[in-house]
Amino acid sequence: MFEEGSIFTQLLVERLNYFIYVVLLLIGLWAMIAKNNLIKKLIGMSIFQTAIILFYVSIGVKEGATIPIYLPEHDPHASHGSAEHNDAAVSGPQVLEVSEVSGYTNPLPHVLMLTAIVVGVATLGLALSICLRIYRGYGTVEEDDLLLKLEQEDSRNAGGFKKRRPRKRPSSTKASSGAAQAVSSEKSKSDRAGQGNRRSRSKSPAKKTQSSSTSDGKKPARRRPRPKKPKERDS
Amino acid sequence: MNDTVIVEDIRPLIALLAPWVGMIGIIWAGEKRPNLRELFTFISASVQAAVVLSLVPLILSGAIVEFHIWQIFSYVPMLLRVDGPGLLFACVASVLWIATTLYAVGYMRGLHEHAQTRFYSFFALSLSATMGVAFSANLLTIYFFYEMLSVSTFPLVTHMQDREARTGGRTYLGYLLFTSLCLLLPALSWCYVWLDGGHLTMDFIEDVGKVGHFGETTQIVLLFLFTFGFAKAGLMPAHSWLPGAMVAPTPVSALLHAVAVVKVGVFCIYRIYADVFGSEVLSKMGGEEWTMVLASATILISSLIALSQDNLKRRLAFSTIGQLGYVVLGAAIATDRGQGGAVLHIAMHACGKITLFFCAGAIFVATGKKYVSELRGLGRKMPLTMGAFMIGALSVIGLPPLGGFISKWYLALGALDRDAMWVVIVLLVSSLLNVFYLLPVAVTAFFRTSETEKDPSFKEAPWPCVVPLVLTALGCFFLFFWSDVLLHMVGLEP
Amino acid sequence: MSDPIVWIVLFPLFGAVLCALAGPWARTICYPVSILSMIASVWASVNTLLQAVEASTHEVSYILGGWSLDLFPRGVGIEFRADILGGLITLVVTGVGLIVTLYSRLPVQRETPGKESMYYGLFLLQIAGLAGIALTGDAFNLYVLIEVAALTGYGLIALGSNRAAAATFNYVILGTIGASFYLLGVGYLYLKTGTLNMVGIREVIEANQMYDSPAMQVAFVLVLLGILIKMAFFPFHAWLPNAYCHAPTTTSCLLAPLVTKVMIYVMIRMILTVFGVEFTFESTLWTEVMPWLVVVAIVCAAVMALAQREIKRMLAYLIVAEVGYMVGGVWIYNYYGLIGSIFHVISDACMTLCLFLGAGIILQKCKTTHFDGLRGLFARMPLTMIGFFIGGFSIIGLPPTCGFFSKWYLITGGMVSERWEYMVTLMFSTMVMVILFFRLIERMHLAVSESGQNLGKGHGDLGLTERQTRFDEAPLSMLIPLLLAASVVLIVGVYNQEIVDQIEIFLQPFDLPTGVHYE
Repeated sequence: MFEEGSIFTQLLVERLNYFIYVVLLLIGLWAMIAKNNLIKKLIGMSIFQTAIILFYVSIGVKEGATIPIYLPEHDPHASHGSAEHNDAAVSGPQVLEVSEVSGYTNPLPHVLMLTAIVVGVATLGLALSICLRIYRGYGTVEEDDLLLKLEQEDSRNAGGFKKRRPRKRPSSTKASSGAAQAVSSEKSKSDRAGQGNRRSRSKSPAKKTQSSSTSDGKKPARRRPRPKKPKERDS
Repeated sequence: MNDTVIVEDIRPLIALLAPWVGMIGIIWAGEKRPNLRELFTFISASVQAAVVLSLVPLILSGAIVEFHIWQIFSYVPMLLRVDGPGLLFACVASVLWIATTLYAVGYMRGLHEHAQTRFYSFFALSLSATMGVAFSANLLTIYFFYEMLSVSTFPLVTHMQDREARTGGRTYLGYLLFTSLCLLLPALSWCYVWLDGGHLTMDFIEDVGKVGHFGETTQIVLLFLFTFGFAKAGLMPAHSWLPGAMVAPTPVSALLHAVAVVKVGVFCIYRIYADVFGSEVLSKMGGEEWTMVLASATILISSLIALSQDNLKRRLAFSTIGQLGYVVLGAAIATDRGQGGAVLHIAMHACGKITLFFCAGAIFVATGKKYVSELRGLGRKMPLTMGAFMIGALSVIGLPPLGGFISKWYLALGALDRDAMWVVIVLLVSSLLNVFYLLPVAVTAFFRTSETEKDPSFKEAPWPCVVPLVLTALGCFFLFFWSDVLLHMVGLEP
Repeated sequence: MSDPIVWIVLFPLFGAVLCALAGPWARTICYPVSILSMIASVWASVNTLLQAVEASTHEVSYILGGWSLDLFPRGVGIEFRADILGGLITLVVTGVGLIVTLYSRLPVQRETPGKESMYYGLFLLQIAGLAGIALTGDAFNLYVLIEVAALTGYGLIALGSNRAAAATFNYVILGTIGASFYLLGVGYLYLKTGTLNMVGIREVIEANQMYDSPAMQVAFVLVLLGILIKMAFFPFHAWLPNAYCHAPTTTSCLLAPLVTKVMIYVMIRMILTVFGVEFTFESTLWTEVMPWLVVVAIVCAAVMALAQREIKRMLAYLIVAEVGYMVGGVWIYNYYGLIGSIFHVISDACMTLCLFLGAGIILQKCKTTHFDGLRGLFARMPLTMIGFFIGGFSIIGLPPTCGFFSKWYLITGGMVSERWEYMVTLMFSTMVMVILFFRLIERMHLAVSESGQNLGKGHGDLGLTERQTRFDEAPLSMLIPLLLAASVVLIVGVYNQEIVDQIEIFLQPFDLPTGVHYE
């Protein structure tokens, strides 16, 4: 199975780092696209970005090499260096020969990833704050609930001109009654509290992710017909 | 053409800009000062006509006037050039604009139309575009003004702002913009970007016949694209915008049919056949045969349709389509006398048809009648109007001593020059059809008495409506007697 | 000030910091600070462009931090490099930024009251990011700047209503996927070439003949995919309409003309400067596939635009269609197509700006941009409508607006490379645009309901109250930028040859096919 040149050797031995990053990448991508909970989507996004960071870091790795700080024998400032190095030390850092640098890892990918991590954190923070706003505004972080409410809001806005009737979705009666509640309670806080009763579980996003399986079981008809559609329909 | 003198002169540009200046005045005067507003229209029309007419002696002496406005691309300028056919067309358009303005004042006030400021502004704008087309020196310049005309006539066509106007406007713009953007634009860029990355200028004097360097198929395709691209010419499959645009007020119809839009279309076709392809290339490629057949079919079919129309304006519209067919036919004949006849027909038909439209409008203003069958006994009530109608009809039919005769005569001569006997027969048959659909109108008006209205009291339209139509009717006579000047302009020996 | 190239980015950056520091206490200074920094930035970009035009190499370079680039292949260090293309795009970015800043005073006060300092901070950062994208010569730095622009963009959109926040979420997800793909592609590039400098990468590719390397192909696919998502190319456009439609007025005015266009610039930059024409067009299958994708993209976007009944939404789909135009112009692979694409980037920025400014005014005055609320607008706001429809006519491609000239080059390109399907699609979408805009004109001009009922009493009576048809023009602070944008559309059209000349100078070294063989 692991003989020379077989696909398994290539994937799992020679290019294990690539294999891992691709798997992580796909997990992240899947979560971003297919998950229903916005927070889970963001977790997917984090995994996705981390996979890329791993990829970068892994290509900078070299076997037996060390971090790119002068080894004692190369260091022009070191006290136990050779005499000629000591002379050159006055003039600051020094370019090493190609043969000499083989003992160092390439610092550049790692440095780049510092920036990428910062970007990732910023994105995550921003996205979470947007989630918070969505939750405050619509009382949900479940994408299908949210889409339902958004669609009703849109059709209400357009409905001032009596043009578009809200499209009926293929949904269970419970979902539509819940939606009707949501419409009537759009901005009033008291109603939102009432909604909170109905889904007291979704108070905190983290809890929500834990308990999403139970809510799945409760309303299957709403979930199933549209695994990926929301995005397209939203457009 | 190398021996002609080329004169740099700003007058073409003045003729182009006069309506713009007039438009500013019109908007400034606004609805509150109607007299001032219409004065501005008159002034700009008169200035334009005067400038254009002042160019006549120069052109008759064999010179060509040019004015360079702006470099569109590095290889093609926006160049104004006044030559014989262009000037003839410009003269017709600008002189008839004065007449139309006078008529419009009578018509619009007579019917208490709304938004007259908008009406006069866009009217001026479309005349500017017409001048531009008449004075263009290359294809791209013509295209610019052609598009400007399409857009600036849209508010005129939809003047009534109601449902019918919407339908008419949609047809109008749909046809014109579809053909110009989807057929004309590719044809143009095909012409301009030439072999090996070089460029043609498509100048109407320097680059005549350069199209002949393209392959055989390409030439045919180009001819096809151009012929139908200029849909304002109303060639048969692309003609329905014209009856559709009849929802506009009558002065606009008169403008569309006699002065600006359709004439711009056929003038462009004339330019394509005469000054882009040239008679040599045209006869070599054999493309002119099917164009002639197409034009003849248009003439006959539209005349037959006109016979069946009861709405006077619609009948005139189909008559126009047929008459435009003459011009296209003449341009496609590709002999000197045929193409000269085509340009002459632009002028002759303009004068005749505008008279007819003025009459239709005057009848509507005075009596509110739109249909031929309602006109019984009207000859007694409106003798001037119906008399002018008679003259216009005879001119369109092509009887001497009226202008229409000259152009038809030269068209026939051109056809004989290339031994196309069938073209002459088409001309004869269609003239006969013209008689059938135009004369009954006059006959009904003069010789049938109305059963319902027994009151033969004299009731003409307001004088600003009547004066222009009388003048244009007289114009039909003048065009016959002054035809030698016109012939000279288009380069034919009388 | 000998290096205006860095100041293009620095002015808005400093302005952003100032605005952010101003906080809620001194928020009145934000508007003047933004205007000043944008004026300075425009001035710097004009100077940079002039320098680039006059230089013998036709580019201006600046090494940030003084890192040497002498080592082969172009060693570490970030380079800001403005060739003519970059200079032109930068000028477009800063120019649009300036006009939108001028316009922003009233809408920002109305839509995000009390948050001016945050808003202008993000706004200026966005412009800094976009200008940086156009200027940078470093592939990784480009990623960072793309993310700077994207993050500020999310913030700018989400500052609006709750609905906008919800729309932003989609944008965040898709935008991050796009940028991450790009980053991944850059990783492969670095892996193969050992440099991140754009010119350096191409030098290595050419020196080592890496045209058939699978890793390079993967890098190319990833980079392209990332950019296509970011530019809202058709199947990846889902984020765009909602985000632009629900965003605050000023945000959509700034983002709509710039973001997608700058990403197209990035694509052109990647193809020409990084991967090289030879690699892109001769060693990949994309040349065959992309034009057909473009056809699908334009047709779908145009049809979806037809279905919209709201101006901003319709415009959003128009942008998707226009993206198709430009991508197609690049991928039909010839000289004229590329000129058309580049020129269309410029002209589309101008005309989209025009349209969104106009839509913003309509929103401000009528409180809606739904088609049913537009009747009588010509009488009410004639100047605004003139500005708006100059943009509209430019989208249709009527001369002498700039849209005509870019379309001219695109059509010519399609013809020269005999991509008839692309040409026919252009024609089709042109007709759709005619329908879109003349339908709007009908809605504003005629007294007819959509179903064809006559309204009012005929003779020009629109069936409205007198107050609704009275002359009631937009406030000057919004009207002047609109008219400015409209005149830019016309000026760019009239002087198109000056710009095209410069683009031709830029394209000369790339040896693109121009041949026409119709013999």
